[in-house]
Amino acid sequence: MKLIFERSRPGARCELLPPCDVPAAEWTIPLRATPPRLPELSEIDLSRHYTALAKEAHGVNDGFYPLGSCTMKYNPRINEEMAALPGFTGLHPLQPIETVQGALEVLSTAEELFCEITGMDAMSFQPAAGAHGEFTGLLLMKAYHDSRQDTARTKILVPDAAHGTNPASAAMAGYTVVSIPSNEKGCVNLDALRAAVGPDTAGLMLTNPNTVGLFDENILEITQIIHDAGGLCYYDGANLNAVMGIVRPGDMGFDVVHLNLHKTFSTPHGCGGPGAGPVGCREFLAPFLPVDQAVRQGDGFTLEQSMASIGRVKAFYGNFLVVVRALTYLLTLGREGIPEAAKNAVLNANYLMHLLKDRYQMAFTEGVMHEFVITLEEEKKQSGISAMDVAKAMLDYGIHPPTMYFPLIVHEALMVEPTETESRETLEEAAQILHEIIDRAHNEPEALHQSPKRTCIGRPDEVAAARQPRLRYLFPLN
Amino acid sequence: MNTPNDLKYAKSHEWVRFLDDTTALIGITDFAQNALGDLVFINLPEVGDQVVSGEVFTDVESVKAVSDIYSPVTGEIAEINEELLDQPALINEDPYAAWMVRVTNITDTEELLDASAYEAACAEEEG
Amino acid sequence: MGSYLPNSPDERRKMLETLGISSEDALFAHIPAAVKVDALNLPKGLSELAVRRHMEALAGKNQVFRSIFRGAGAYWHYIPAIVKSVAAKEEFLTAYTPYQAEISQGILQSIFEYQTMICELTGMDVSNASVYDGASAAAEATAMCRERKRQKILISGAVDPQTAETVHTYSFGSGAPVETVPLRDGRTDPDALCAALTPEVSCVLLQQPNFFGLLEDVPALAQAVHAAGAKLIVSVNPISLGLLATPAEQGADIAVGDGQPLGLPLAFGGPYLGFIACTKALMRRMPGRIVGETTDADGKRAFVLTLQAREQHIRREKASSNLCSNQALCALTAAAYLAAMGPGGLHEIAGQCAAKAQYAAARLCEIDGVSLAYQPPFFHEFVTRLPATPNAVLAALEDENILGGLPVEGGILWCVTEMCTKEQIDEMVRIVREVCVV
Repeated sequence: MKLIFERSRPGARCELLPPCDVPAAEWTIPLRATPPRLPELSEIDLSRHYTALAKEAHGVNDGFYPLGSCTMKYNPRINEEMAALPGFTGLHPLQPIETVQGALEVLSTAEELFCEITGMDAMSFQPAAGAHGEFTGLLLMKAYHDSRQDTARTKILVPDAAHGTNPASAAMAGYTVVSIPSNEKGCVNLDALRAAVGPDTAGLMLTNPNTVGLFDENILEITQIIHDAGGLCYYDGANLNAVMGIVRPGDMGFDVVHLNLHKTFSTPHGCGGPGAGPVGCREFLAPFLPVDQAVRQGDGFTLEQSMASIGRVKAFYGNFLVVVRALTYLLTLGREGIPEAAKNAVLNANYLMHLLKDRYQMAFTEGVMHEFVITLEEEKKQSGISAMDVAKAMLDYGIHPPTMYFPLIVHEALMVEPTETESRETLEEAAQILHEIIDRAHNEPEALHQSPKRTCIGRPDEVAAARQPRLRYLFPLN
Repeated sequence: MNTPNDLKYAKSHEWVRFLDDTTALIGITDFAQNALGDLVFINLPEVGDQVVSGEVFTDVESVKAVSDIYSPVTGEIAEINEELLDQPALINEDPYAAWMVRVTNITDTEELLDASAYEAACAEEEG
Repeated sequence: MGSYLPNSPDERRKMLETLGISSEDALFAHIPAAVKVDALNLPKGLSELAVRRHMEALAGKNQVFRSIFRGAGAYWHYIPAIVKSVAAKEEFLTAYTPYQAEISQGILQSIFEYQTMICELTGMDVSNASVYDGASAAAEATAMCRERKRQKILISGAVDPQTAETVHTYSFGSGAPVETVPLRDGRTDPDALCAALTPEVSCVLLQQPNFFGLLEDVPALAQAVHAAGAKLIVSVNPISLGLLATPAEQGADIAVGDGQPLGLPLAFGGPYLGFIACTKALMRRMPGRIVGETTDADGKRAFVLTLQAREQHIRREKASSNLCSNQALCALTAAAYLAAMGPGGLHEIAGQCAAKAQYAAARLCEIDGVSLAYQPPFFHEFVTRLPATPNAVLAALEDENILGGLPVEGGILWCVTEMCTKEQIDEMVRIVREVCVV
């Protein structure tokens, strides 16, 4: 397809602005030597360009999207309409407090409801994504230890199955990362954990259910071991969709939590963002939360700045319109709908696993929650078909492949998370397709290596892309 | 697998070509480049950096992995092979020509293997 | 209660039967009872209509101003209809990070086009796929400059305070010391900067136009920064680049900024869009997602996420940043905005902003006792001293549903964009005059 720059025609334009109604600016300042080479397009050409691009994308609305760990559930349209209300979109972030009472009520109400779901006492909506929330949460822990002059705590414990952002966030927060091995069930190895903790332990980062989709039944013991050593426990909310309304991180012994509103609370992923990664914490950590905090005051709301705050991790109050969407969703589902969503997410995952387990080897089958991990390690040895081949074959059937090669502790992994918003029919069709793919793996392995065949491009040359990076369009010389 | 006889090898898959008693070129072996796949980038240390036998001194990147490279000797970086910065593929094409660093003032080396011992070690690793 | 579950109770029962269990609760049986919660203290779920009424009531409690003369990091600009419609396309809205290139070419190409436009705007060589916002972009940029022997960060006192605070917070994590360079007459003091440029300084963060709207002599400051062996990060307003010299032309190693003015609504502060662009020499230190061009087996042009070995999912604790997403939909919006504007339109908007700000400043300064706090040139923001208290002035404007400038030390920081007509500016000036001249 043509790049937008290749569609450009000199002199074409969209008519958007009235002529300037004041005298032209007068100044002597350094101006740019040449104008930016932005494309010149009429509105119809511009519109068609993006419609064409949209046809080469796969969203949740295009088809099944069982991308493990990403919770690609349906994004209700009402959320979009509420986020587009002029009473929200038209607000300047530095307006006087009395003119943004509704916006502060959104933040404050969302805080109350999310605290109830997580078992936390306070929450900041400033972090813009899960990784941003991790970084923020770790800084809360650091500020807490510092406030007690407990500065020898330099290590963060992270299970080896953790998502890469966990160790990366810990390093950004100035911590040394200690990797804790998983046991044969994919859960935290308690002996290794006990051996790793000490007076230098700042805390532990954990997802539960963990990255292989299992609920760690030793969770109370795990958090106790950390607390006994003087550390704090951080809950990565990536997998909360499995247990929301059923188990609360606070009740599991966690002190800090981040949520992914774009996963669990149905706000759209937008090709990678914007999402939101609010951070909740227990009372004793609340003074360290980022500024500014929306708080109830009498009949109204105000913004507060705690003196002990870590500061801010971005400008203003976070991705506000994402919070509006998540609040809309929360109010819609309510007390009964939240646990019901979790139960159906787990049911759907178990149902799909059941339909597949005769043909695909599962890394773990007992106690599977909202996602499960297929391993093609044996399959690869026998037929030469890898996780990559199965994933690429799925593309030809209009299904977004599962997460590939994660977690790292499972070889040739495909991590499948159907979510609660998929129908039984969709799951059965997907299972049918995966059966067909594994048949083809045995009958025509070479064809599978060549897949996909029906997509707009074949497998791209990633080696060439990385060796000779071309990261922008090069205009033809004339 | 290609394992020239005139080189020494570390178990962590680096080769060493001694130019004199205290100077050597270091690169990674054919076995290593084959295991790593198509290399897309190499981070090289700076001239003047100290390297310590058995410790990481640089890393190489393939599309979806990054791998540490350990120094088989203790000494000082005298020169880096800048050609590799632009063409990491040279390591895949001819790993024994594609030296990474020249180390001088070598004061210590780890236990190095000759070609046949190294080949035996690789065979064991492959199981 | 609303619900988005497609399976009827009957279908769920059949699924449970297939699994050989009687209820969903059996799927949670292995979870220790001690951590289970009976029922959440949440309101009962609501129908779509009831939720709509509730949210509309909340939105109705906010005041949307008729005229806005406040900027300070968030800017009121016209958003073309076509831009809104592109950003609302459900294929883009509901997709995730384009991990599977074969079914994500549209997304990857849109990011590649965005990267190209950011390079064109800033004059820099390389752009990433975007980050959270301008403040976090600045903080990530300081991390790009960090070296073993150079850790210290200098921030001009004329950088947006929210950006400066964000850099401070990130540095609380990394341990890098941060020092503020004092100002002289609203601009970075070159002598103070030179004095602060010790050998441990890794980078200097400037803003152009600065927080007070003023244009800094960036080329001269750049020379000092580079002479000291440090790197220069310049935070820019993308609209101003329709007119002003680019960060590259002014000597920046890294350009950062907030893309909100490029078609994103004010939205009470977010979501916005952070951009980072740098020289080729710094390419491998760039954090976050980057899209590159390659080919497929048939030689067809293709786009992929590339240079991934920099990133957290591969380097884990050795990665220089934990970024694992971008603000793709906001980047798409900005690209569509820049394409809708084209080079002529962007030049026109920048020119109108500058012209209207100059007009408003001149009219305000006609009022007895009102004067510019700092010498021009400025772009579309400026500070005036006032004979009345800022609060009195702003309250009078609010009564007329006009959002005045932001109170800052020494007066009010005004912002004027293409959205303000001459009549709106004249009306604002008239109200200010009524308060000031008693």
